[in-house]
Formats: sequence, C-alpha cells, structure tokens
Amino acid sequence: MSELPITIGFGGGAELLFDNKKNHPVSLPVKDKAWKIGDLIFWIKDNLLKERPDLFIQDDSVRPGILVLVNDTDWELVDTVNYEIQPNDKIVFISTLHGG
Amino acid sequence: MNDETKIRILQEEIASLKMELKRKEKQLHELRFNKNLKSPCSEDLNTEEIARYSRQMLIPDIGVRGQISLKQSKVLVVGTGGLGCPAALYLAAAGVGEITLIDNDEVDLTNLHRQILHTELDLGIKKVLSAFDTLTSINSNVKIVPVHMHADGTSLQKFLEDNKFTVVIDGTDNVATRYLLNDLCVINDIPLVSGSALQMEGQLTVYNFNKGPCYRCLFPVPPPPETVTSCGDGGVLGVVPGIIGVLEALEAIKIITGISGVLSGRLLIFDGSEATFHNVKLRNKNNNCEVCGIAPIITEPIDYEQFCGAKAHDKVENINILNSDENVDVTDFSHKFKNNQLLLDVRPELEYQMCHLPNSLNIPFSSIQKCKDLNDLETEIMEKCSNEGSCVYVICRRGNDSQRAVCQLKEKFSSLPVKFINIKGGLHAYSKLIDPSFPVY
Repeated sequence: MSELPITIGFGGGAELLFDNKKNHPVSLPVKDKAWKIGDLIFWIKDNLLKERPDLFIQDDSVRPGILVLVNDTDWELVDTVNYEIQPNDKIVFISTLHGG
Repeated sequence: MNDETKIRILQEEIASLKMELKRKEKQLHELRFNKNLKSPCSEDLNTEEIARYSRQMLIPDIGVRGQISLKQSKVLVVGTGGLGCPAALYLAAAGVGEITLIDNDEVDLTNLHRQILHTELDLGIKKVLSAFDTLTSINSNVKIVPVHMHADGTSLQKFLEDNKFTVVIDGTDNVATRYLLNDLCVINDIPLVSGSALQMEGQLTVYNFNKGPCYRCLFPVPPPPETVTSCGDGGVLGVVPGIIGVLEALEAIKIITGISGVLSGRLLIFDGSEATFHNVKLRNKNNNCEVCGIAPIITEPIDYEQFCGAKAHDKVENINILNSDENVDVTDFSHKFKNNQLLLDVRPELEYQMCHLPNSLNIPFSSIQKCKDLNDLETEIMEKCSNEGSCVYVICRRGNDSQRAVCQLKEKFSSLPVKFINIKGGLHAYSKLIDPSFPVY
C-alpha cells in the first residue's frame, strides 16, 4: 500500500474553518484498510481543521447543511461515509448558502 | 424649515409630478403601441408582441408556441431583493403573463448595490411597489401583482391555492422561508427555482420538478443557526446574486416553455472569485422524504421558525445578557468618555476599516473568543486604566457582540482592577442619537 493522493475542497463558507483555503491537495497516509469518507472526515478534523469542529462534524458525519461531493457527485449516490476513496478523487465539502 | 419638512414637501411634490408624468406617458404609450392591433397571423399574440419578442421567438426552442406559453404563465417571485430583482426583470422583459411579487421590506440604502429594480428615489418605500414601477415601465404587457406581506405559512398557502402559479422563484434570504416555500411548492405541486448568494459565491437548483428531489430530500435537517451567514453580516458582491437571479429567470423560462435540460437533480455552484461554474449531480428524490416521499408526514405548513431554530428573516435579533450596571447608553457614554480612557471596538477588522470612532482599539470578538491579541489589550489596560475603578468601554455594530465580549473579558481579566462596560445599541445607536455623520451599515 502507498499513500493516497486526493484533493479536498471547501466552499460556500466551509473554507472559513480551514484557514480560508478552498483547495487542499493532500496525501492520505498508508493504512491497513481502505480509506473511506467516514475516516476522511476525522482525518480532516485532526489535520486540516483550524477551529470549531462542531461547525464541521456532528454525530460522526458532516453537520447538516454541508453537501459532500465526490468527483462532482452527491455522496448520497455513492454510499456516503462508506465510499472507498480512490487515488486522485476530488472530495468537496460545500456549505449551502441562504442569502439573497 | 428643517430638513425633514423639506424632504416631506419635496416627496409630495414629486408624487404629484409623477402622477402627471404617468398620465402623459400613458398617452404616449397609447399612441405608440396600439394594443388592439390584432395580428392577422396569430390569435394569441398581437402585432406589438410579435415584434417585441421576435428575437427570442426566433430561437427554435421557444418559437411562437413558447412565447404563448410565457404569456399564459403566472410566476410567483418571493423576495424582491438581490435575487428577486434580476429574476423578475428578465421574466417581465421576456413577456411572462403575470408576475406576483411578495416582500414585506422597504428599500434601504444598503440594498441599492444589488437590488437593481430600486432607485435612489425609492428609499423608504415598499420594495414591491418600487419593483412594480420599474417592471411596468419595461413591459406594460405584463400584469405585475405587488403583495406587501411577510411570507408565512397560512397566508402563503391560501395564496398558492387561490392562484395557479406555473413556477415559484425563491429569492428569500433565510432558511425558515426556504423550507416553507419548499413544502408549499410540494403540497401544491409547483416547481421551485431556488437560488442563493453570499460574498463571491452563488448556488442554484430546481426543486420538485419532474420527479426530482425537493429541498428536504437534500436537507432533511436544517443547519445549526450559528452556521448561517446573512448578506448583512458576510457581505455580498452585487453581481453575484445578479448572476444567480438571472439564471433563476432562465430556469423558470425553460420550465414554462418546456425546454429540456432544467437544472433539476443538479446543483450549479458559481464561484465569482475564480470565475467557475460547477454543475454537480444531486441525489434522487427520497422516497422517505417527510414532504415529497411516498407517505408524507408534512401535508400543511409547519412552524418553520421553531423547526430551524431561527427567525424567518435575516435581520439580527437583539440580546440583553448583562446586568444594568454593565451597560451605558450612547448619550451617557458620549458625556463620560475621556480621551485617556480605553474604547474597545470588537467588530471584524473589515468593518472597523470602513468606519470607527477616534481613539478606539480594534480587537474583533472572534479574536477574543480565541484569546488572540489579548496581550495587546492587557498592555493598553495597564497603560490607560491604572486608576481604581477604571473602565473599558466596549462597542460593536448593534450592541450584541459587545455584550458577549464583556461577558468573556470580565472572566479573562478578572484579576485586573478594571470594569468592562457595554455601549448599548452600539454604533447604530451612536449614529442615530449622537453623530448622524457616522455611517450606518
């Protein structure tokens, strides 16, 4: 097994929790089992999140109002937290906007 | 004569001149556009309409058939703000038969950079009336129905029952009203074009269309209120809701004329800072959805403010969490404050840069929460507040964050012989009661 290169993206204001940076190319470290998005959420919390974890994570998933996109597809269509991350995936966390 | 009287007299004069102007404009209009000139070629469109809409009727997807569909359609636009203005503008220009506008707000100076149906002369008047005037002057064929009301469950449900709307456009500014519109559109079987914008980003999708998902399919649980940012707090570049609002009009026109490729089951994410549009695929309709699923639980409007834990508007709710001796009103403050005392402004840095009181120190509330820059504050306190019973005045935009800051500061600096005092009503009150030259935003 080798490291898993992916891009993590944040938008819609979610980037504010990550030093205002929208794109984060990262290499996920080697581990025994396949990397799932459920694992990634906690990895992000430990490695990228700068503040207020409650505004990102709730009940072992992302908080309500954040859409998770795997290669431009809603994660609901790919089994949400159970999706096995593939090399070069782009995984984006979009906070929904409500202003007008 | 004071300024207020002068303004009132001028407003009355302008109103009467406007009436005269309208009368003359009507005469000109009647001479120029003979509405009764029946076209020999079409039963449904008159001569003027065929010429006016010719450029869009030349598109094969629209044609005469599409134009007639537009003329026969009724669109409801909820909110005549940053999204509703551009949406209604293009719908009216395109020849939608009837456009109903709902909004309970009045035109404010802070609206004009994005809410393009309103002009400087409209300040203080109902947004729906100002929008009515602009839209009617662009296309008098369109019946514009201005409704000045707050979109609550009971009134809106009755409204949707009484009018058969072809499409509803969501141009609102808060989560509670977005759920309300979603549920009512599902219950009344109307497609909902939903847009939103903040800062440099916008989002757009169509709910409840052609077996696609609804808002609740995507977001069964509302976001925590503290994660929701309004345009008044986060800011918004005028063009961004402009772009999203115009796209809302486009989706409405596609739905009305039956053009395929409606943005249902997809979300368009616009990032103005990078000039990118991302079109992402959304989940399918949820069969267990509480409102649009197989066995819906929600069959009439619920209490959306309770459901969302937030009010159905984007205005700030004022708090009152301090003891009375920890507050000072702006009048007392302006009398008591001496230059050698410490005035702490806890607004975000960008707001402080826009305007601030002289001799104030800026440490944003967010920094106080994170215990950032508190050494600077301590140094200042040691320097300026050496006397027994000294106080630090704390101010912000409206007097809410300053109260929260006082709560945290008195704990963090409990060892220092200094008292933190909140300035009630913040800079808004200061501008209103002490110095009107201080900008209100």
